[in-house]
Amino acid sequence: MTDIASAPKVVLSVEELRVDLVPAGEKPIVRNINFQVMEGETVCIVGESGSGKSVTSMAVMGLLPKGSLAVTGGRILLDGEDITRVSATRMRELRAAGVAMVFQEPMTALNPVQRVGEQIDEVLRLHRKWSSAERKKSVLDMLERVHLPDVQRIYRSYPHQLSGGQRQRIVIAMALILRPRLLLADEPTTALDVTTQKQILRLIRELQDEERTAVVFVTHDFGVVSEIADRIVVMNRGELVETGSCDKILSDPADDYTRMLVSSVPSLIPRCGPIEKTPKVLDVVGLSKTYGKKGFGKSGNLVHAANGVNFTVRKGEITGIIGESGSGKSTVARCVIRLTDPSEGAVLVNGNDIASTNNLKAVRKKVQYIFQDPYRSLNPRRTIAQSLMEGLVNYGMADAEAYAKAAETLELVGLPAGVMGRYPHQFSGGQRQRIAIARALVMKPDLLIADEAVSALDVSVQAQVLDLFETIRKRTGIAVLFITHDLRVAAQICNSIVVMQRGQVVEAGTAADVLSAPQHPYTQTLIAAAPAPGWDFQNFRPSRAV
Amino acid sequence: MTTPTLTEPSVPAQDLPEMTTVPETGTVKATLRAVFSTWAARISLIVVVLIVAMALLAPWLGTQDPVQIAPGERLQGSSLAHFLGTDSYGRDVYSRVAYGARISLAVGAGTVVISVLLGIFFGVLTGYFRWADLIVMRFMDGLMAIPGILLAIALVAISGATLTTVLIAIAVPEIPRVARMVRAVILGVRTEPYVEAATCLGTGIWAMVWRHLLPSTLAPLLVQGTYIFASAIMTESILSFLGAGIPPETPSWGNMMAEGRVYFLLKPELILYPGVMVSLTVLSVNMLGDVLRDQLDPRMAKRL
Repeated sequence: MTDIASAPKVVLSVEELRVDLVPAGEKPIVRNINFQVMEGETVCIVGESGSGKSVTSMAVMGLLPKGSLAVTGGRILLDGEDITRVSATRMRELRAAGVAMVFQEPMTALNPVQRVGEQIDEVLRLHRKWSSAERKKSVLDMLERVHLPDVQRIYRSYPHQLSGGQRQRIVIAMALILRPRLLLADEPTTALDVTTQKQILRLIRELQDEERTAVVFVTHDFGVVSEIADRIVVMNRGELVETGSCDKILSDPADDYTRMLVSSVPSLIPRCGPIEKTPKVLDVVGLSKTYGKKGFGKSGNLVHAANGVNFTVRKGEITGIIGESGSGKSTVARCVIRLTDPSEGAVLVNGNDIASTNNLKAVRKKVQYIFQDPYRSLNPRRTIAQSLMEGLVNYGMADAEAYAKAAETLELVGLPAGVMGRYPHQFSGGQRQRIAIARALVMKPDLLIADEAVSALDVSVQAQVLDLFETIRKRTGIAVLFITHDLRVAAQICNSIVVMQRGQVVEAGTAADVLSAPQHPYTQTLIAAAPAPGWDFQNFRPSRAV
Repeated sequence: MTTPTLTEPSVPAQDLPEMTTVPETGTVKATLRAVFSTWAARISLIVVVLIVAMALLAPWLGTQDPVQIAPGERLQGSSLAHFLGTDSYGRDVYSRVAYGARISLAVGAGTVVISVLLGIFFGVLTGYFRWADLIVMRFMDGLMAIPGILLAIALVAISGATLTTVLIAIAVPEIPRVARMVRAVILGVRTEPYVEAATCLGTGIWAMVWRHLLPSTLAPLLVQGTYIFASAIMTESILSFLGAGIPPETPSWGNMMAEGRVYFLLKPELILYPGVMVSLTVLSVNMLGDVLRDQLDPRMAKRL
């Protein structure tokens, strides 16, 4: 019990950890992982999908799926106790009081049919022999500490009555109410908007300072890392690549993979100048979309998904629409290709209003759409060739000609034409997104709509796909409407930017103006909330004040 | 042939290390391969093949005319002339069993074809064209509320007992079940991004249904089809046994059991032989269906 301030206690120590498939595979999933977490310290495990970061964190929680994954070597010491060897009963005790976990998606981590207060209360009931009055007081205290408003009402609320940020606060309250020694957070802010993310990160930091909790933060987002990490553990394909202090990894990474990973993070400095001379490809005038019907005995409860939206996209220009979830950016994009019918206003494509035309087939020859999730936007039962040729054949092209064109376009997006006979599941996410882009490009549209087209991709793949958009724009002079929630991505690729909030355009202008000198308070909030605004990842240094 | 606009690759072709050759689970080809790897499935498949062969080759299997009455040879036991003996009219039971397979299989197959085709039609109609949903599905709900056997008896009573009437009578109550299933699958698929992507590519309604919607219904339909097949054979036997099915002069397993009922104490084999055939057929077809379902929907397999 000697408490020496100069030598903080090691809370978690992972030594030579190896995790393998249960009928052992060729190579363990996670190999020779070593790292330590001190009291009051935040360690970020960073890696792309498939790097083994989640498997590592599940091993620490003792939550590896039984019968498919198992720890086959090494030790995980929690306050000196090896949790790979403890009994199931002891593990349950540890899981509550020793180590707690916060998941990515708060909605699925909470029971939808139980009041949130009772769910937190249940944790106490199972682990503390307290009276119900004591427990209730403790739960309300905890709700106060995670800065929820009106805690009495929140206590009685169901998860669906709370916002995403509030739900994540509840999950954090539940994780921390037993004052665990170690908090494991697996992408806890990935599903949240940037402004909410900022608040949650601050909350975790604050609670950690009060309790001296050790935090392991699993994430793919270097912005978040640079905000919160004391030390960083970089993983790649099941191996530990590099560990080091936050400053060291971000400013002077030793390993090539880390260098590549850090420099793939787009910086917030706008790169593309405005384009003003070329003709307008898309001109959106007073576009509105309302949901909910009036009359017929229904209450006039109208939702304005988009309200009087105006913007233009010129030939060879990439215009970004940025905004948080629910801002109406996707609604606008869907109205432009008439997947959704606009309620009011005009959508001029090459000067022709398509807002009310019945000839949708003509519209869709000119405008193409790329979806967010490359795993679901390709029909799993159709070969790449079939998917790529579909549009051309629909417009009457002969099969042989369509096949040749499809092969050509596939090479344009950086895939060999030899893969035409394969099915989507044989490709990685980034490759699928290339295929989806090829499927849109093969139609030779005048306007390409990319709806969060790089949001589901790892940073290094994201950088490649952004390069691809850039190359395609240069070669074909196509106009692109680029929908994103990520300011860094927008800064990387857009010539001009439209900021939307609650269905309305609050600010529009060249990328340089909007990002460097934002006028509207909402834009300013967004930029301030973007993680690590002051760091230029590509050059491993703080960004110069603009 | 190639237009030289976009020929040169803009990005160096990537090597494709993540490429796998693992077959996707749930595809029809993978399923069939897995199905034949289990013993239960192999045995049921052999039984089904044998019964189908018996039906097709009935005239060449040493049978006699199954409707030839021989008053002098009533209720005989097994002999070389009559392998399974004769019935109360002196007809050869072995030949009647063999020819009866034709009726049962025809009813099974016919029911599957009718109910699946119409079920797909209504399922697509209600699942994809939402305006039709309210009207058609209420009609289907009404149809499902009527007990199948009673509906069949009523239909046969109205329009007379022929094979066609019996087929329709058995198939009609199955239609809502198929339609609901197809509708559910299509409702799930129609909002998938790949369907919206096809819309953006200008894919028309019929191409959309054919290329993107119907393929996902194939697997569940395959499973449902086997159950309908087995249940139709059962229903036909029941109808014939109740005297509301296939005309009594036609040799069918149900008719044979109905006629054998009178002589149950005297000569139980008259019910036994067709009864065993019905059970064998239904059992093995159902088992095939179970194996198919376990393969196509593994979550169900673990629950049962």
